[in-house]
Amino acid sequence: MTAPAVRMDGISKRFGAVQANRAVNLMVAAGTAHGIVGENGAGKSTLMSILYGFYQADAGQIAVNGRAVQITGSAQAIALGIGMVHQHFMLVEPLTALDNILLGAEPHWRLDTARAQVRGRLEALMADTGLQVRLDSPVDDLPVGERQRLEILKALFRGAKILILDEPTAVLTPPETEALFVTLRRLRDAGTTLLLITHKLKEIMALCDAVTVMRQGAVVFDGPISQCSLDQLAEAMVGRRVHLGRAQGATAARPGAPLLQADGLCWRDALGVPRLADVSLTLRAGEIVGIAGVSGNGQGELLEMLAGMARPQAGTLALRGRSFTPAAWLDPASARRLGLAHVPEDRHRCGMVLPFAAWETAVLGYQASPRFAGRWGWMRRLAMRAATAQMMDAYDVRPRNPDLAARKFSGGNQQKLVLAREALAPEHAPTVLLVGQPTRGVDIGAIEFIHGRLRAMRDAGGAVLVVSSELDEILALSDRVLVMDRGRIAGELAIADCTEAALGRLMAGAAAEATA
Amino acid sequence: MSQPVELPRWMDVGLLPLVNLALALAVAAIVVAVVGLNPLQVLTLLAKGAFGSAAGLSYTLYYATTFVFTGLAVAVAFHGGLFNIGGEGQAMLGGLGCSLMALWAGPHAGPALVLPLMVAAAMVFGAAWAAVPGALQAWRGSHVVITTIMFNFIASALLAWLLVNVLKDPGSMSVETAAFPESAHLPGMHQLLGALGIDWPRTPLNLSLLLAVAAAVLVQLFLWRSRAGYELRAVGFSPDAAHYGGIRPRGQVMLAMGLSGALAGLVGINELAGVQHRLLLDFVVGAGFTGIAVSLIGRNHPVGIVLAALLFGALFQGGAELAFEIPGFSRDMVTTLQGLIVLFSGAMAQVAAPALAQLHRVLARPAGAAHG
Amino acid sequence: MDEALIGGLIASTLRVSTPLILCALAAVLSERSGVIDLGLEGKMLLSAFAAGATGALTGSLGLALLAALVVGFALSMVHGYACVSHTGDQVVLGMALTMIAAGLSVVLGIAWFKQGGQTPPLSDAVRLGPWFTGAGEALKGVPVVGAVVGGGLLGHNPLVYAALLLVPGVWWLLYRTRAGLRLRATGENPAMVDAAGLSVKGLRYAALAGNGLLCGLAGSTLVLAQNANFVPNMTAGRGYMALAAMIFGKWHPVGALWACLLFGFLDAVAIRLQGVALPAALGGGAVPVQAIQALPYVLTVVLLAGFIGRSRAPAALGVPYIKTR
Repeated sequence: MTAPAVRMDGISKRFGAVQANRAVNLMVAAGTAHGIVGENGAGKSTLMSILYGFYQADAGQIAVNGRAVQITGSAQAIALGIGMVHQHFMLVEPLTALDNILLGAEPHWRLDTARAQVRGRLEALMADTGLQVRLDSPVDDLPVGERQRLEILKALFRGAKILILDEPTAVLTPPETEALFVTLRRLRDAGTTLLLITHKLKEIMALCDAVTVMRQGAVVFDGPISQCSLDQLAEAMVGRRVHLGRAQGATAARPGAPLLQADGLCWRDALGVPRLADVSLTLRAGEIVGIAGVSGNGQGELLEMLAGMARPQAGTLALRGRSFTPAAWLDPASARRLGLAHVPEDRHRCGMVLPFAAWETAVLGYQASPRFAGRWGWMRRLAMRAATAQMMDAYDVRPRNPDLAARKFSGGNQQKLVLAREALAPEHAPTVLLVGQPTRGVDIGAIEFIHGRLRAMRDAGGAVLVVSSELDEILALSDRVLVMDRGRIAGELAIADCTEAALGRLMAGAAAEATA
Repeated sequence: MSQPVELPRWMDVGLLPLVNLALALAVAAIVVAVVGLNPLQVLTLLAKGAFGSAAGLSYTLYYATTFVFTGLAVAVAFHGGLFNIGGEGQAMLGGLGCSLMALWAGPHAGPALVLPLMVAAAMVFGAAWAAVPGALQAWRGSHVVITTIMFNFIASALLAWLLVNVLKDPGSMSVETAAFPESAHLPGMHQLLGALGIDWPRTPLNLSLLLAVAAAVLVQLFLWRSRAGYELRAVGFSPDAAHYGGIRPRGQVMLAMGLSGALAGLVGINELAGVQHRLLLDFVVGAGFTGIAVSLIGRNHPVGIVLAALLFGALFQGGAELAFEIPGFSRDMVTTLQGLIVLFSGAMAQVAAPALAQLHRVLARPAGAAHG
Repeated sequence: MDEALIGGLIASTLRVSTPLILCALAAVLSERSGVIDLGLEGKMLLSAFAAGATGALTGSLGLALLAALVVGFALSMVHGYACVSHTGDQVVLGMALTMIAAGLSVVLGIAWFKQGGQTPPLSDAVRLGPWFTGAGEALKGVPVVGAVVGGGLLGHNPLVYAALLLVPGVWWLLYRTRAGLRLRATGENPAMVDAAGLSVKGLRYAALAGNGLLCGLAGSTLVLAQNANFVPNMTAGRGYMALAAMIFGKWHPVGALWACLLFGFLDAVAIRLQGVALPAALGGGAVPVQAIQALPYVLTVVLLAGFIGRSRAPAALGVPYIKTR
């Protein structure tokens, strides 16, 4: 029996307070395609980064092709025959494709000679694998699919026999995905071992020989594909029945008038990849709408558009009787005036100014309102401090010190402060609250508190939109759930119809669209 | 600027800057020794020259006044997230502005009107010179560091042309304007104190000292007590959060640069209205760059800037005295020390941080205290 | 037009541009690897002082040249230590080096030579004399070419020719060698270079080494070729002009060359244009020399504002590389 291509035993890795990997065991047979599945934050990227030498594990061993190894950097990983195709391409845009492949593996100090020597090998490689790339074009000019082929070619050129692919189809269209799969099957059949990090179950089923499912840093399922079904995988990925169940005696939602209506939102990023494709939704008074789906499927962009932080290229928005088009879109200040509050996904980058004291960051966005702005441009510091103290009391933010720097608070308390700021602002008695990742990095006690507050808002007649990559949370809070996949709303389910399996499949792109 | 190591606040604000300053002084002492002088002797003479007499103290304060203006200029821009290296040019333009006002309005009105007009003119001209690079950064993305350096040179050329061709005093051989009328003279400190019955030697120290103190206080109030200052600091720390908070980053860039330029422009009031009483070519002489050093060791805070300005004022005055007393010494030693301070307190500010953090851990262990 | 005038202009241009070219090439190396260099002025100044001092003290041309190179290299290594090994702010570091160089060169100069900061004039034996004078003389009689080539291109000190040769040299290094490819990639996407198994720090230090040597050469031009001694602040802003030229040349060695020649030409022309009348259409009067002096800086600002084509700096310029994921 040949040694497994990769064997990782008891890998653990901690980043600060987060245990990214807990005693993970992984065994990948040579010449197979092995899928590593899980939601965002499950630990799969960390595990592969350890394999590729970006990080060192806190504990555990790695063996490649039967030999125990210490991988302290990418150079060693490459020497061991491990190649990685990253989710965010590592390419130098002004250079040509050929130069990008050459970099670090040039056979000669003179570039002309190196290029000539390499070109023949590359063309043979391209023919063998079917990966066509225009070698002499600057990367700037290449479309996304071609850039990815370039990345794979780069790894193979260095002699990778074990190829790690991190969310390879995240930016591909269905035809491009199918083309990629043809290539990957060819590689596998020729003896390359493939490690595929993804959250798309359909692809795992189509391509892989074995699969490992990770959840919250640990392995929850491991075995050959022949022995599992899509439903089983979906349930494993998403987890068992929720821990934070719906509150006892929760009132059934009785949604009222529509408060926010978005129609046909479209947005393509700088690379031309559609991030939002014709998204429409309505938020009514007295309901919590949850948007589920693995991060990166357009939820973040949707939230930004609705909050006025960015503008779409097409689509309309109606809020409190005012309508907005891309030519004259919402902006954060007018959003607040119209009663829309926003707790951003990335509270450190957008929601707070970390070096500010708590009382300064607790008024961010409201500094111009009459209760805080005095005559002649003065700031009413006492009023701000008092308001902060009130917020801290109402939302149990600890320590109760308005002068402490915002960065010194724990994640949970920061989030509570941001939520307090948005929910309690009397300027608009917010009628619509948009919340992104409400409990990311937040401890259990704070999670319950925050969930309670969101429900209270709903009960008081507001509309709440929650985006979260924690399915538990979506299920605990929402009255209805929208699932986003690749910039579209893949489906909508009332809370009563949400089973883990149904949601998992929607999220994992296995929904009944026209089969690719 | 560099990856911060977690230090307790007292170390970060108090100890680390002192350590950096000490390193700079140590290297300077080596240089002093290499040129054959006794570092300790140099230091004592320097201190005496700067503070040991009423005249010395006055000169120290006079230099410090200019440095307060340029230091505040750098600090305000810095709080807005911008590195304004154009203090030299903005000071030149400020001097131009105040001179033009002096020559134009001086003959027609009394000091109560002319002097405030000159202050306003200096600020407007300085602000305008900084606003152009600011606008280019905000609307065209041109890096403000490079454009402000270029504008320094352009200002120098502009001033030279104006002085040689347009504003030159026909009756004089040197490249300067006619003398300002009496109403455009800012009273010297010796005059003020004399009026109060205190006998004070005649030095360049003038009323702009009070203007500098006022500027420091106003900048402090602006940054930490006004809404505009709050918005400026928000943009400086986090443009994304500022955008989220409904603040328009472009407007803040313009505000930061404009204020910065206005403060630098006040140098003209000290040097020209207060001392030279005419416009000449070389009245800024590196004050803009010293302002950068002052702001760096003053941690971009008005209180720190005032103290740092005093330090540099003392160095300049002490240096001048030393140049008299010790044949081998020249003011360039002060320039060297200034550069060393920028090096250790600015570029290499965090180099010592890990060592200090280690020290702190060692000291904290016996106390058994847990630090977050 | 007067051929002698043309020849004279070419000669002046080349003479003035040489230190600019060398500094601009130094900046290209550094900035292409991602490190901003605002210390060009200081490196050039202190190297010039080193050349002047060593030449005066030892009487040896070789040692003087070596001293300039060593000082330039040393300052660039300080640059590397603060900014590459320690993520210090690159702009502040550049200012610091320039201030230190300005002060130190005079302090040491006064201490060692007691001439107010100047170094003693060097004899011809210690300086770099003109080359190709024989050929230049021979060509004197030839019409047109004689004046232009003989008077303009020949008879310069060897550093002028060295600078002109270094331009294709640096170009070749950057675009035709493996090292150059890696260096350019470091300035655009250091994470990628790191993932390819190369050392970002090593590449940046190497770029700074080249930068230091070229600045040293620029400094020695001032003292060993143009003047005969070091005078305080003799660089007079040339370091910043070289930076402007590099930006104007869009971070490309050949572009930088043309920009330096342009700036040098403007300088050469400035003196000659003084007093020349402007056509009435432009308002009459005389051409202000200050306008020509300011022109390189104005042009650079116009370029940066995007009004003459787009200027694209290396993508990772000025950002210290910290391995984070």
